[in-house]
Amino acid sequence: MNRRARLSVFGLGAAGLAVLFALALAGMPDFGTSDHPYRDLAVPAAVAHDTANVVSSVNFDQRALDTLGEEVILLSAVVGATALLRPTPHETQRPPAPGGRVLDGTILMAYLLLPLTTLIGLDVVVHGHLTPGGGFQGGVVLATALHLLYLAGRYESLARLRPLDWYVWVEGSSAASFAGIGLVGLGLGSGFLANVAPHGSFQNLLSAGTVPILNVVTGGAVAGGAVVLLAQFLNQALGTTPQAAQKSAG
Amino acid sequence: MYQGPATALAPLAVALPVVLACVVLIVERWASRRLADLLAVGTTVLVFGLTAALVAATRDGRVVTWSGGWVPRGGLSVGIALVVDQLAAGIACLAAGLTCCALLYSWRYLKTARAHYQALMLLFLAGMVGFSLTGDLFNMFVFFELMGVTAFALTGLHIEEPDSVQGSLNFAVINSLGAYLSLMGIGLLYARTGQLGLAQLGARLAGRHADGLIVAAFVLVTIGFLVKAAMVPLHFWLADAHAVAPAPVCVLMSGVMVELGVYALARVYLTVFSASIPAPVVQRTFLVTGLLTAALGSVMCFAQRHLKRLLAYSTIAHTGLFLIGFALLSPDGLAGVALYVAGHAGVKGALFLLVGVVLDRYQSVDEGELFGRVGGRHPACWMFLLAALALAGLPPFGPGLGKAVTEEAAATAGHPWLVAVFVLVSAVTGGAVLRAGLRVFLGRGHRPEPIEPVEQMSGGRKEPETENTLRRTPLTMLVAIGMLLIGSTAVGVLPGLAAAVGRAAAVFGDQAGYLDQALFAASAPPVAAAPVAWWSSSGVLLGVASTVLAAVVAGLSLYAHPLVPHRLRSHLAAGFEVVRGLHSGHLGDYVAWLIFGAAGLAALIGLPLLP
Amino acid sequence: MGVLAYAVAGWLVIVGALGMLRSRNLVQATVALSVAQSGTYVFLLAIGYQWSATAPVFSSGSPPTNQVVDPVVQAMALTDIVVSAMVTALLLALTIQIEKTHRTLDPDELQRLKG
Repeated sequence: MNRRARLSVFGLGAAGLAVLFALALAGMPDFGTSDHPYRDLAVPAAVAHDTANVVSSVNFDQRALDTLGEEVILLSAVVGATALLRPTPHETQRPPAPGGRVLDGTILMAYLLLPLTTLIGLDVVVHGHLTPGGGFQGGVVLATALHLLYLAGRYESLARLRPLDWYVWVEGSSAASFAGIGLVGLGLGSGFLANVAPHGSFQNLLSAGTVPILNVVTGGAVAGGAVVLLAQFLNQALGTTPQAAQKSAG
Repeated sequence: MYQGPATALAPLAVALPVVLACVVLIVERWASRRLADLLAVGTTVLVFGLTAALVAATRDGRVVTWSGGWVPRGGLSVGIALVVDQLAAGIACLAAGLTCCALLYSWRYLKTARAHYQALMLLFLAGMVGFSLTGDLFNMFVFFELMGVTAFALTGLHIEEPDSVQGSLNFAVINSLGAYLSLMGIGLLYARTGQLGLAQLGARLAGRHADGLIVAAFVLVTIGFLVKAAMVPLHFWLADAHAVAPAPVCVLMSGVMVELGVYALARVYLTVFSASIPAPVVQRTFLVTGLLTAALGSVMCFAQRHLKRLLAYSTIAHTGLFLIGFALLSPDGLAGVALYVAGHAGVKGALFLLVGVVLDRYQSVDEGELFGRVGGRHPACWMFLLAALALAGLPPFGPGLGKAVTEEAAATAGHPWLVAVFVLVSAVTGGAVLRAGLRVFLGRGHRPEPIEPVEQMSGGRKEPETENTLRRTPLTMLVAIGMLLIGSTAVGVLPGLAAAVGRAAAVFGDQAGYLDQALFAASAPPVAAAPVAWWSSSGVLLGVASTVLAAVVAGLSLYAHPLVPHRLRSHLAAGFEVVRGLHSGHLGDYVAWLIFGAAGLAALIGLPLLP
Repeated sequence: MGVLAYAVAGWLVIVGALGMLRSRNLVQATVALSVAQSGTYVFLLAIGYQWSATAPVFSSGSPPTNQVVDPVVQAMALTDIVVSAMVTALLLALTIQIEKTHRTLDPDELQRLKG
């Protein structure tokens, strides 16, 4: 179809969907309403399990099956991206050339921020059941911390600190542990992904049962997964010579 | 009741493939590829066993597992339920069986990305099992995305072929956009009811008149599932994805992933919306869209020369038939569709694997290039022709039984003309596959001219999927294909299986029973009159008729010169070229049709309900 | 204010789809898909909002007796964001391979899947 035809088909469809959505909005409850039935069940349930961060309780305790699915999506995407960006026989892998000029200020900031960001990431992961944050958010911060080295132009240091085997181990075993902890609950008779660890007392570090454990496991999985994922992309950009460039060079 | 050993089966069936996929990844890095292969096939056998046990456990009613132990009080709960009835367990079992055969086929020979292929297949299986067993709408979205992510990666696995990565991208974008539209629908339902579980939603919506919000929620939620099911005009991604994916992945996609879209549509409508959106509106909508899908699928199938695309369009045509069967909204119709899905999965899977065998040996999937090359002595020859006849509806195979039961249901529901539609569509698609088999294996008919790559995708000069071109087809491949054909035959000849499917279909549509068992731990209600799901004399006759018609269609396209006058033929050809031109491979076109299709579905459902 | 939040969400989805349609570069199409998805985040979070309620995290300064906004939609949005990031990663990986095999990123020039 040419562009005009495509836009007309889309225009008709979008107009129809807009009408549909407008009709739907007419039936929506008012914005900012106080009528939230699910919240009225979820908050007492979180407090009953001594979890101060209700969102973490919903994610890792009440609707943990969703989070298991999300974990597995993360694992699949990392495995899939690794499969899709794998080296092919037509390309050569070369060690990346030293990067161009990076400002001294940038290098300094990167070296200063690296330990700081790592600590913040660990804090976010470990306190996921008490403050906003958790495994997913903290895991991303941890992965970013490592890649500050790339920003500082030190890709070789990054590559050395990132033995991919270890990270694949961390990622795989974390995802398996999430499911495994769920199966422990099943084995103990409380139900799959039940909160079977002792609950401790409200707003303490050791509270909320399995929620902080699952947070840590998830943090490991996300951090490992993000590092492996970024490694594939960086390798494509910096470490691979496609066939055509080889031919023109040689 | 929420306790008991059977309630552990559903979570195990979801969690074990995940854990074992991680083990496969780790084992392959530190041990051998063989061990990873063995572990992967072993996992699928284990999941097959678990789901089969679940089928047995659900014979007398649904098995309800509230994850996390969050049992409902007063009909409300914060947790997620896995509500398994026999049809859900059955489709999960089918998924496990197909994955087992697919992994057996790819044992040791397939050129794969180390153990990533096996791990992705196991994670795909976990997604499919989770999707069919869950009783929570947002959980369905999560497992839907899991199926999607693994399928996108598996489709694009042959990264060195330009077609593969483009097909995978089209697949990924369209399916993801559909899923996001579904999420908007889930949001609308949540805003109205404050619930996410299918049972709780059904309870909240029961008896309320369907206003704009409910209609919008139904349309948006089902759009994602209908993209997966490849209903017209949301179907464009399917041919592209199947044309480029490795053969074992095509088995899973055509055999069970597409059918899960129809399953989800049926589940969501019957459990959540059946008391608010009146049945006649839904029946008319899906009758129309089913007919359109079946017609377009058959016509495009017949005109194809690329073997995998041909089979893909035949899947689209059959999806149209499944939608028509669903549209009858009766237990007989559902039983017929379930049997048809089970039979179709085995036969279609076998056909895709046979095309894979040919590809590995002769490096082409084009009917013209392969003309007469394979020869009649290769065991694949008679398997292919048999599968083609089974697809056309030959008794006693599975597709024939499913077709017969659905036709009976259509006639009893007051639409006897639908019988002709079923016969015609099966004949055209079966005939196209039969023609392809006769050309490729036996060299019958005249050699087709080379195709213009501007108009049609070329199937010639492809890389084999195995590491080297195979001189002899390995035994594991033939065994896998044989198992699929035997499975499909079993669906058609085992009266116990068909009767169980009939009872399961009656339970599937029972919304009150679902709500009671899920929310109030009620015991299973007695099954109302279960439909008789077996060969009748008219069913057998119609099956034979469609097979004969398929042979006629194949014969005509191989030998006869056209009998239609020239002017009419050129008009038809011009019309057809317009339709074929729409299948352009361009991402923007597909997105436009997706939005248009969503608006169209909204019009079909919403306009009759306007006050 | 009420309808505005929901209307913005719907607009983002449509504009994202339009972006995918009109784009001449697959990376732009991938980003447009993310835009469409961000419409769903806005929608979910707007549904869960309550006037003068606080965040659903209890601490010494915020006792459990407070009115809080709906935590379930926030959990759903979190899941949604992770899914979106992963799909984007896969799409970008596919885009890299398309660039290598087809030597172009323009959807108009990808002509191989026809018929």
